[in-house]
Amino acid sequence: MVEAKKQEFWRWAETNWVDPDIRWEGAEFITLGIDVGSVSSQAVIMVDGKIYAWGNMRTGSNSPNSARNALKFALEKTTLTEDKVHYCIGTGYGRVNVPMGDRTVTEIACHARGANFFYGSTVRTVLDVGGQDIKAIRCDEKGKVINFLMNDKCAAGTGRGMEVFSDLLSVPIGEVGERSYKVEKEPLAVSSTCVVYAKSEATGLLRKGLSTNEVLAAYCSAMADRIYSLLERIGVEPEFAITGGMAKNKGVIGRLTKKMGLEPLKTSWDTQLAGAAGAALFGYALCHKGRGRK
Amino acid sequence: MITAGIDCGAKNTKTVIIKDGKIIGKGQAITGFEQAMAVKASFEMAIKNAGIEPKEVEHIGGTGSGAKSIKAATIQVNEIKAMTVAAGYFFPTSRTVADVGAEEARAAKFDENGAVIDFAINEKCAAGSGAFIESMARALETPLAELGALALSSDNPIPLNAQCVIFAESEVVGLIHAKTEIKDISRAIHDAIASRIVSLIRRVGVNPDIVMLGGLAHNPGFTTALQRELGVDKIFIPVDPEYGSAVGAAVVAARK
Repeated sequence: MVEAKKQEFWRWAETNWVDPDIRWEGAEFITLGIDVGSVSSQAVIMVDGKIYAWGNMRTGSNSPNSARNALKFALEKTTLTEDKVHYCIGTGYGRVNVPMGDRTVTEIACHARGANFFYGSTVRTVLDVGGQDIKAIRCDEKGKVINFLMNDKCAAGTGRGMEVFSDLLSVPIGEVGERSYKVEKEPLAVSSTCVVYAKSEATGLLRKGLSTNEVLAAYCSAMADRIYSLLERIGVEPEFAITGGMAKNKGVIGRLTKKMGLEPLKTSWDTQLAGAAGAALFGYALCHKGRGRK
Repeated sequence: MITAGIDCGAKNTKTVIIKDGKIIGKGQAITGFEQAMAVKASFEMAIKNAGIEPKEVEHIGGTGSGAKSIKAATIQVNEIKAMTVAAGYFFPTSRTVADVGAEEARAAKFDENGAVIDFAINEKCAAGSGAFIESMARALETPLAELGALALSSDNPIPLNAQCVIFAESEVVGLIHAKTEIKDISRAIHDAIASRIVSLIRRVGVNPDIVMLGGLAHNPGFTTALQRELGVDKIFIPVDPEYGSAVGAAVVAARK
């Protein structure tokens, strides 16, 4: 069978959303948080500290356009325009390239703040697994950063690592988690931390007769181990919460939390939005201090 | 006396036939997933190239990550010894050797008798191995053979922020979109990996004369950058450097 177009297994769904019960007209403060990451970008619009609309999409090759595109995507189903925004904060890897930003705040601070918003004031340890980095953050009841550890040098355990693997095994990335549990027996984790070497190892395992699901399980297990070692280094204080795209992958998260012996808090918000949400909240706080536009 | 050295590497399996201290035949096969088959194919190629019969080979030295698959080996030679012996064989004045393969990089310091004094290995991170260059060649959609020469034509060093192969791919794609010249990107790539290999060599000490083995030594972009960073006049590279460890294994087999 010849396929007309090669399927992109690593491509996750780009989404946006508007709260139908919120009216932005007549708001005291409309704030905008834009998180430009190396893999994905999000825009979150808050109306008086409540999430009104958001957009989540792949970061293009051009940071200023990524910020504009994410905002456009978030505003798509609304009548709101950027000129009505009282404060905009840029965060993430590409934060200096957010043309409509009034200032920047680090993604560490934004993820802690966003996690506090999504999960509540009992969160003390936040794990953010994004496209190209893993962050372990200790915070207080207000979502203020106390300590953090980051790996942004190595793809092992990151979203990019998972994208590469889903592509290798031709499994849509959204299905990886579920399929990794459809195994009779949990296989050993792949021995290589390095994604490039793990790829070779995985192909070898397939040749040896392991099923795709078993190889997925082996890889998810290795990723969980990698993330766990970062958490161990900073120490985990309950409650524990996870932000970033990897939170959606139960293949990795399930194995991680089992190793930790600790269940993470739950949220109904899209975990990829935490950074942008935190940024929008920082903007809201600044507006209260009288620093808003106009 | 005729001996063979077989190096079953992560990517390629190399065989060398040595007669009375002289290389008389070489053969290479892609290792793939059937290591034993690659060993056999590579050996048969080398035998044919040497114009001899298999039974004329008295001893076989086996080395490489797939050494266990070399069933016919009469002696197993570890990679550090293999590359050190090879360096001494090709260049008796050498005291330091580095071997960058497809998935692993090694460096060793040795004395005038070829005894290893210290060694360092990178086997954990693809960024310090041939896998890095291969991945970059794919990202730049440029054949591997052309990539090195392209780097030499650049006199504009730009930094590559990402160490990781996976991240560097994204960074290179970004550079391409920003209309950066391919030759400048190529130079950045070669500077990056040269810098990592220099770090590896520094761990054992930069002691001239320095020998470079492994497939990456074919790449002029890499060797030029390496020489520049090491600050030495010359780096000694044998003909067909990817056969280095196989030669070392064959020489060790002859000593038995």
